[in-house]
Amino acid sequence: MHETKEKHDFEPKIVAFVCTWCTYAGADLAGTSRLHYPSNVRVLKFPCTGRIDPVFILRAFQRGADGVLVSGCHPGDCHYMAGNLHARRRFAAFRGLLDFVGVDLNRLQFSWVSAAEGGKWVEVVTDLTERIRAMGPMEEFKALETEECWSGELNSPELQEAYNNI
Amino acid sequence: MSRIGVFVCHCGENISRTVDVERVAAEIGKLPGVALATDYKYMCSDPGQGLLKKAIAEHRLDGLVVAACSPRMHEKTFRNAAKAAGLNPFLCEMANIREHCSWVHEDREEATAKAIDIVRLMVERVKKDKALQPITVPITKRALVIGGGIAGIQAALDIADCGHQVLLVEREPSIGGHMAQLSETFPTLDCSQCIMTPKMVDVANHPNITLHTWSEIENVDGYIGNFQVTIRKKARSVDMDKCTGCGVCMAKCPQKKIKSTFDRGLGTRPAIYVPFPQAVPNTPVIDRENCTYFKSGKCGVCAKVCGPGAVDYDQQDELITEPVGAIVVATGFELYTINEKPKGSPIKGYGEFGHGTIPDVIDGMTFERLASASGPTGGKILRPSDGREPKQVVFVQCVGSRAREKGISYCSKVCCMYTAKHTMLYKHKVHDGQAYVFFMDARTPGKSYDEFWRRAVEEEEAVYIRGMVSRLYQKGDKIVVMGSDISVGVQVEIEADLVVLATAVQPRQGADALAQKLGISYDTYNFYSEAHAKLKPVECATAGIYLAGACQGPKDIPDTVSQASAAAAKVMTLFSRDQLEREPIVARVNERNCVACFYCKKVCPYGAVEEKEIRDRQGNLVRVVAYVNPGVCGGCGTCQATCPSKSVELEGYTDEQVMAMIEAL
Ligand code: FES
Repeated sequence: MHETKEKHDFEPKIVAFVCTWCTYAGADLAGTSRLHYPSNVRVLKFPCTGRIDPVFILRAFQRGADGVLVSGCHPGDCHYMAGNLHARRRFAAFRGLLDFVGVDLNRLQFSWVSAAEGGKWVEVVTDLTERIRAMGPMEEFKALETEECWSGELNSPELQEAYNNI
Repeated sequence: MSRIGVFVCHCGENISRTVDVERVAAEIGKLPGVALATDYKYMCSDPGQGLLKKAIAEHRLDGLVVAACSPRMHEKTFRNAAKAAGLNPFLCEMANIREHCSWVHEDREEATAKAIDIVRLMVERVKKDKALQPITVPITKRALVIGGGIAGIQAALDIADCGHQVLLVEREPSIGGHMAQLSETFPTLDCSQCIMTPKMVDVANHPNITLHTWSEIENVDGYIGNFQVTIRKKARSVDMDKCTGCGVCMAKCPQKKIKSTFDRGLGTRPAIYVPFPQAVPNTPVIDRENCTYFKSGKCGVCAKVCGPGAVDYDQQDELITEPVGAIVVATGFELYTINEKPKGSPIKGYGEFGHGTIPDVIDGMTFERLASASGPTGGKILRPSDGREPKQVVFVQCVGSRAREKGISYCSKVCCMYTAKHTMLYKHKVHDGQAYVFFMDARTPGKSYDEFWRRAVEEEEAVYIRGMVSRLYQKGDKIVVMGSDISVGVQVEIEADLVVLATAVQPRQGADALAQKLGISYDTYNFYSEAHAKLKPVECATAGIYLAGACQGPKDIPDTVSQASAAAAKVMTLFSRDQLEREPIVARVNERNCVACFYCKKVCPYGAVEEKEIRDRQGNLVRVVAYVNPGVCGGCGTCQATCPSKSVELEGYTDEQVMAMIEAL
């Protein structure tokens, strides 16, 4: 019955920020339906995607996450009416920022998984895990954090140029 | 240092089969701040809970993590156990190692490693948990019912019979709604007025019901148990206290040619009028648009003839504000005006059916008035154009309904049955007449419904033609109906004397505007949305607001009455308590940091954020900050993620708690 599992050299760390009402429940459903998916994901529960601060995502990357998933109710189904719509806007803007600081956007995934979509949860988590595995560990951001730590002086050539352009 | 107790559950074998629970407990036991880590076969069982309670006392625990199933399953159980042992329930968290771990992974090594991680994150979170006190809010035991049709009447009577005060608000001059307009009702053919009017009188006489007719909802503030509603009492121009309802004014009003909306334009009424003779209240209203006095300042006959001097031309709209604890919305429906394409709506009209241009093309409700004994023809079926008795009547079903290409995809539910009824009523009154029905399917689920429909077809000889009508046009004094009979695949043409269209049931005009005042959601057609399609069919997602009748979706009378009584039962359940207790997962503002940008106010879906003034001892305004009303806050936390100065925190999901978990990744 057990397929022989292939061992990988790299097991990515995936962090999922989910809302209680839809995606958390969908993940529960995957469990009650005894579906299987890679064990790389760690789930953090929030009342609503509206509560998820972009800072959490940044910090998760800094703390060793190789991939981040944000998932909530489908648009229009948010338990709090519009939290996911605010979240969608916020993250649309945030993606630009993340791109700017040099995080490969493929490491961040947004999805809607409802309480009835245990299968979709499995699919989303499996796909993301495989994708991140293929991308390898996330080094650039950690490197960025230590190397390019701002010295506190406003005299780098880039800043100088930016000033001149104002 | 915290003293946290961790309890790892085997869940029989459900968890222990793939997760090495002993190892989880052993590893977690090594974490700083963990005073006790142990495993047990069934944590949720009585002995399991006993173990937990005992440990709280013995080890002086100040936080608990139960690593077991989903918190959606047993969080309440364990929090109650914690509470019973004297620990604040919000210091107890669950780590989900069943649904999110043992059931979805096969490799024991991997599953155990993940379980350890899951529990570890929870332990870090619990360290930052704060004791929270449940929030109690008082309840105003008084209900508002919006809409005085059969739904509103039923809900109001049920609540009032239970001993609670009810405000019933109706925008027309009389209660009664559509049911008062109907002739006879399916499937029993009992006279609608005969069963409706006694209920209307009950409402008028009920000591617990305050009736506000000719009134509309202006504004709604507050939250479950504590709403403040402002009602606009439109100027009636007649003093309700003085009027005796003698009706002399109506008889003497020289302006008599105004089309009666109640009679669907078939009859006329004076400018000072009650919509129908059995109106409740029986106090007339002056229709200021059509009244000669209001138009030209001359006339004033009604004031002269009124014995008690009740006519008051100077009356103004009046705004009253009333506190209520619960709201039942029962605003009902209206029929699709098929000729018009409503502005800004995806709905296309049915110009090809000539409704509104050909006088003998009428809708179902107009036919009801023709068939009604108290209607403009005294119950005789006569053509609106020339008053002749129609010998061939064509009924067209699904006009507007189930026509995605025209903009409405739903089924209006009642048309199949009322059309069958119409063919019967017609046959009972015009014995030598013939009824034809164009239909897609006959949908007759309901007690005794299919039998009724069969009777129309088999005994009353209505000819049912399966197919749609493509066009209607006037030819001489006949109306040519062009359609198809798809069961035999031929084109059909019928020269009819009268055509009755079963037009779609739609929510009332302005349903969306009312929903916005109430803060409830509605679908693309403006039908109000229930909180859950199956399990919460009468509650709105907004606590304390309930739905009854066709404002939520097309419904027949029995369904409407059932839903109204169900809504009333929900209100009574709410009113059975003096205080409302709710989870303290609400946002709180740190007033020192708040910079009063009010982004939180903009994003709050509940309107829970208010502007609070801080004043010094002399009463001078120092500054303005945000304040979250804990009674209104739904606890989504959108404000917190939006706040640029990090001045608002959602209890139970504070940045500290979340960050503790992220740091432990
Ligand atoms: S509750 Fe799921 S996204 Fe808002």
